[in-house]
Amino acid sequence: MNPTIDYSLHLADSTLILAQRNAEWCGHGPILEQDIAITNITLDLLGQSRNFYQYAASLIGEGSTEDSLAYLRKEREFKNLLLCEQQNGDWAQTVLKQFFFSVYQQLLFDKLQSCSDEQLAAIAAKSLKEVNYHVRWSSEWVIRLGDGTEESHSRMLKAIDALWQYTGEMFIPAKYEVTIDPSTIKDSWLQKVNTVLNEAGLPLPGKVFMQTGGKEGKHTEQLGYILTELQYMQRAYPNSEW
Amino acid sequence: MEEKKEHILSLLREIPDPEVPVLTIEDLGVLRDVRINGDEVEVVITPTYSGCPAMDTIRMQIRLALMEHGYTNNKITMLLSPAWTTEWMSESGKEKLKAYGIAPPNPKQQVCEPQEQLFAAAEAVQCPLCESWNTRRISEFGSTACKALYQCNECREPFDYFKCH
Repeated sequence: MNPTIDYSLHLADSTLILAQRNAEWCGHGPILEQDIAITNITLDLLGQSRNFYQYAASLIGEGSTEDSLAYLRKEREFKNLLLCEQQNGDWAQTVLKQFFFSVYQQLLFDKLQSCSDEQLAAIAAKSLKEVNYHVRWSSEWVIRLGDGTEESHSRMLKAIDALWQYTGEMFIPAKYEVTIDPSTIKDSWLQKVNTVLNEAGLPLPGKVFMQTGGKEGKHTEQLGYILTELQYMQRAYPNSEW
Repeated sequence: MEEKKEHILSLLREIPDPEVPVLTIEDLGVLRDVRINGDEVEVVITPTYSGCPAMDTIRMQIRLALMEHGYTNNKITMLLSPAWTTEWMSESGKEKLKAYGIAPPNPKQQVCEPQEQLFAAAEAVQCPLCESWNTRRISEFGSTACKALYQCNECREPFDYFKCH
């Protein structure tokens, strides 16, 4: 198996699943401007995932398309990070999840844009411009809530508690991650996250057991529910089109 | 050959952006190239944002314009690299945006830099209505992926800012 196919699918799955999660906020955001912000970010992530799926489909051939990859693969075939599939919880947990992921994407795409695979490099360069906005937006929210009221501060603490255990997986390379070794961005990620948490008056968590498996298709309970909703139409009415 | 290319370009130049109809796809810098490969016409476009939903409409409009003028053998290629930037927006496009009530992208803004200062709103965006520089950002994200929401502190008018990208 060509590692680039799996790698593209991994990048596509993470962005698709987080997009699907964020989309749950559509029409439910705390205020209109932030409803629009999170759905804008969702749109960017969805666009990125389409680019990665299209590339994977072109490498796979055999009639595979971006749609067949998104709608017809099973849970065990999805290679997204566990972080991306976690529940939104409250606004604090949503923005913290986005923050952890966006900082990771920013560092990863910064390297990926100069990799030898031209298409991956092009997608990364394109996406990076969008991710820079996501990092800024989510950082500001982490600080605003962490350094806000007693209530918002305690919610950020809870969010860190819920999500930190899923961050270690990002930097442990899967077999197919040969293009960029993700362990090389770990220190920069910790540094950036630490800077923002510090500004927010939030502690950088100590050592905890890190959950792994998403990159190899072993997921938490959450992914099944997401796929059930995401894939329902294609499963119930095969080949249906808008 | 050159004549044919020019003719096709003249057809496509006028296609408006579906979200910001005062701009054409040429003003935006979305239309990159027209290539004639024998009988086939290939139009190269680049997306503004990865997930921009207007791209599908733009594709369809291009295809319709080509078909209408007999270019039935056509292909539309989506090019990601080099990535689209607001630097490709034409000067006349920027003027049209402003007249439409949308602040055009600044030549280069700090938000474009990855290592920007958080909460920094130091970058000045001019109100497209009263031309005051005393404005504030309401939201990083606006009605479409390419815009942010601002408000003028002088005339109090809220307005869209076409983000530098």
